[in-house]
Amino acid sequence: MTYIAKPKLHHPSLTCNAAGFTRRDYEGAVSTLCAGCGHDSISAAIIQACWELDIQPHRVAKLSGIGCSSKTPTYFLSASHGFNTVHGRMPSVLTGANLANKELLYLGVSGDGDSASIGIGQFVHAIRRGVNMVYIVENNGVYGLTKGQFSATADLGSKSKKGVTNTDSPLDMVGMALQLGASFVARGFSGDKPQLVPLIKAAIKHKGAAFLDVISPCVAFNNHPGSTKSYDYVREHNEAANRLDFIDGRDEITVDYAAGELIDVTQHDGNVIRLRKLAASYSPHDRVAAMNYLHERSAKGEVVTGLLYVDEDAHDLHGHMNTVSTPLNRLAAKELSPGKKALEKINAALR
Amino acid sequence: MKPTDIRKPDYFHKVVDCQWACPAHTPVPEYIRLIAAGRHDDAYLINWKSNVFPGILGRTCDRPCEPACRRGRVEENNGEKPEPVAICRLKRVCADNKDADAIRARMPKPVAKKNGKRIACVGAGPASLTVARDLAPLGYHVTVFEADAKGGGFMRTQVPRFRLPEEVIDEEVGYILDLGVELRGNTRIDSMKDLLAQKFDAVFVGSGAPRGRDLEIPGRREAAANIHIGLDWLASVYFEHVKKIGRRVIVLGGGNTAMDCCRSSRRLGGEDVKVIVRSGFEEMKASPWEKEDAQHEGIPILNYLVPKTFVHENGKLTGMTFEKVRAEHDAKGRRKLVPTGEPDAFFECDDVLIAVGQENAFPWIERDIGIEFDSEWDMPKVDKITMQSTLPNVFFGGDAAFGPKNIIWAVAHGHDAAVSIDKFLNGEDIHERPEPGVSLISQKMGIHEWSYDNDISNDARYAVPWRDKAQTLKSIKTEVELGFDAKSALAEAQRCLNCDVQTVFTKDVCIECDACVDICPMDCITFTQNGEEADVRTHLSAPALNLTQALYVSDTLKTGRVMVKDEDVCLHCGLCAERCPTGAWDMRKFFLEMTHAGPGCHKHAKKEAA
Repeated sequence: MTYIAKPKLHHPSLTCNAAGFTRRDYEGAVSTLCAGCGHDSISAAIIQACWELDIQPHRVAKLSGIGCSSKTPTYFLSASHGFNTVHGRMPSVLTGANLANKELLYLGVSGDGDSASIGIGQFVHAIRRGVNMVYIVENNGVYGLTKGQFSATADLGSKSKKGVTNTDSPLDMVGMALQLGASFVARGFSGDKPQLVPLIKAAIKHKGAAFLDVISPCVAFNNHPGSTKSYDYVREHNEAANRLDFIDGRDEITVDYAAGELIDVTQHDGNVIRLRKLAASYSPHDRVAAMNYLHERSAKGEVVTGLLYVDEDAHDLHGHMNTVSTPLNRLAAKELSPGKKALEKINAALR
Repeated sequence: MKPTDIRKPDYFHKVVDCQWACPAHTPVPEYIRLIAAGRHDDAYLINWKSNVFPGILGRTCDRPCEPACRRGRVEENNGEKPEPVAICRLKRVCADNKDADAIRARMPKPVAKKNGKRIACVGAGPASLTVARDLAPLGYHVTVFEADAKGGGFMRTQVPRFRLPEEVIDEEVGYILDLGVELRGNTRIDSMKDLLAQKFDAVFVGSGAPRGRDLEIPGRREAAANIHIGLDWLASVYFEHVKKIGRRVIVLGGGNTAMDCCRSSRRLGGEDVKVIVRSGFEEMKASPWEKEDAQHEGIPILNYLVPKTFVHENGKLTGMTFEKVRAEHDAKGRRKLVPTGEPDAFFECDDVLIAVGQENAFPWIERDIGIEFDSEWDMPKVDKITMQSTLPNVFFGGDAAFGPKNIIWAVAHGHDAAVSIDKFLNGEDIHERPEPGVSLISQKMGIHEWSYDNDISNDARYAVPWRDKAQTLKSIKTEVELGFDAKSALAEAQRCLNCDVQTVFTKDVCIECDACVDICPMDCITFTQNGEEADVRTHLSAPALNLTQALYVSDTLKTGRVMVKDEDVCLHCGLCAERCPTGAWDMRKFFLEMTHAGPGCHKHAKKEAA
């Protein structure tokens, strides 16, 4: 952490987006995480993505649990709604909030401890239900707040800072999300913002459960030789399936690529995610193939990143439940208790 | 781009914009920090060493440092009006608040045993006094010849007392004379030949540019009694030969002398005083703050009026006519003043002060003694670095060398000439100039603690309080500016960005985690592919469009990228270093001190160091 607040002065060329804010307006309090923490880079990527998408900060709810990662919502979007839940319970609180007011943008920020250990059940069900949210796991493979014990996502055979080898099998959250029916699944790396920012933007614009696993090296406890979540290891073994250009509905598509190199994914609101294929045969529309690809590469010790799967026609929880178009929190007594006649009608229908 | 070589003193020196812009290269941020710490004596001595006249310059300097100050660029698009740190007036704070006795005790003492070499300085202005200050403590016998009784030159006789009290001049000239410098007042040098015949080992000419330019237009001779050359008139005011002026005064000219003339007129009976300039208000040579001061005293500045005639009746001046003009730019962008065709303007007046420029005059230097003059301007041929004339033991400096400039340039010339004289009289090649003394020391005190205050102030520039106008216009000797009080001095000092505390990058320990990029409030840092500078400048976190500011480029990092830092608007807040997990960034204080005359500038000193 630092002792001084980040100076208010900004670069003279800093501009405002369509919402009337500069990028600096999307910042939060100065981080109290360790210097060099990958999480701070993810916060910066979220700030960048929200600025580029002209998001109105007061229309965002950021929710988190407990842990280093779950502290980070304090460090971005200070003008948004925030909720720190009980350890591992962010998905449930987020689901409840989303049911009450479906019009906000839900940003669930969690870590490998909060989501893969204590909150694994919560994670599973929120994904399975298709809650419309961006679920970001800041994954560093260790419990940083308690000084670096292996977490559930630490790879088998990887070494702790003290030299102890991990003997437990890792939990693969990307694989689980695919299997559980997430309609948007991606993996990023905190050290690669050119890839991460478009991923976050695409996830924000996706309607449905968007899951984003971001490898985020823990500089204090998991950035040594033998770790598979260090800056060096991820850089050496990063296997990007594709590169993303997130194209806003307003922008004209001007860049030309050779045929077969591009895949355009049109989202609900007309936004286009343009993928430049890096792995020749990879298709982000095939859930089964994605799982296979992931496991193949993982067996070779590679870390697959990029947009791994997206369902363009996804439905979310509200769609499944066929809720009314007005957010539930805005329904007044008149709509909620329509009177005796209406009740009789319903009862009659059930007889 | 090639990796930046930070071992070259110029690289970090340029980052300290104020120090780089200062002709004498005063370590500005260092003394501002000392002022903030209340260490006025130390701040004063840093100034004294480098610019010799802190109290005088703290009131009258042309402040080339301020337009260069990074704070002015940093505040662009960040608030009402971007303003540099009030460097000049902070300098005055240390001069005003120092302990005079303690300062005197820390000054060099007169040398007991002289080295037998004699130096003559012509004129006792800032250039000559600087030469004397630098050389006397080394054992040279320095004799300063001055036409007036006291030392100070232009600073004493032309700069009005309401801007610069006489006791400040007495004090700072006194510090120099106390070093054992011999001042021969009331001694005008009329012949260089005679002076050279006195067998001085070296002669320094610091006689200034003493002649005010005249304006030969119809009526000049007939109305001469009420038309005055500004420079001479200011001197007459100082010597109290002139104690009043007419009620209606026109001042011609747009330089600082014109501003001193009009403001002096206001104090000597001028009620309707106006300044009239040929060209536009913006193009005037006077410093913006001096124009502001004049306007504050109710003096209008009228522009685009070219003097045509002095109108007189019965041998008495009654007014002036002016041709109205407008500015036009030709194909080459040169500005021309073109008559608008409107009828001439007429302004009534009782007196006119002509302040349209000053000139050098060397009627006293014989042209057959080996000092060559150029044919076009009739100026001595002087080497721009060594200040040597074509007669090897004669040196020039200040306005006498290259025409009218200002006090701080005169001081810088004096230092350079003193180095040359010292080397010359030690039989060394004077073209080999001494390197500055440089140090670069980490300011790290703890994990997130620095030995400088890195919290950036958001305050706008503080104005120096003025004495009440009703009071100041009554007497020509009442100083207008009151100087910062302790509280506003501290607050103003805190606006300084400490640009001398440099961001130093060690490539080998960087893990490319982006922490510095993310925290930097000014988007100065980028990790990117290397390329041509013009291209790299457009591909940074924020475009680096100020080509006068360097890019700090590292050698190639592990990922094949390089670190590029745009120095332009860095706040030197140290957050990059605080957020760096490996210490690849460090905040190090760069201290650069010019090497003045003395052992440090001699050849053997270099050998010893090597």
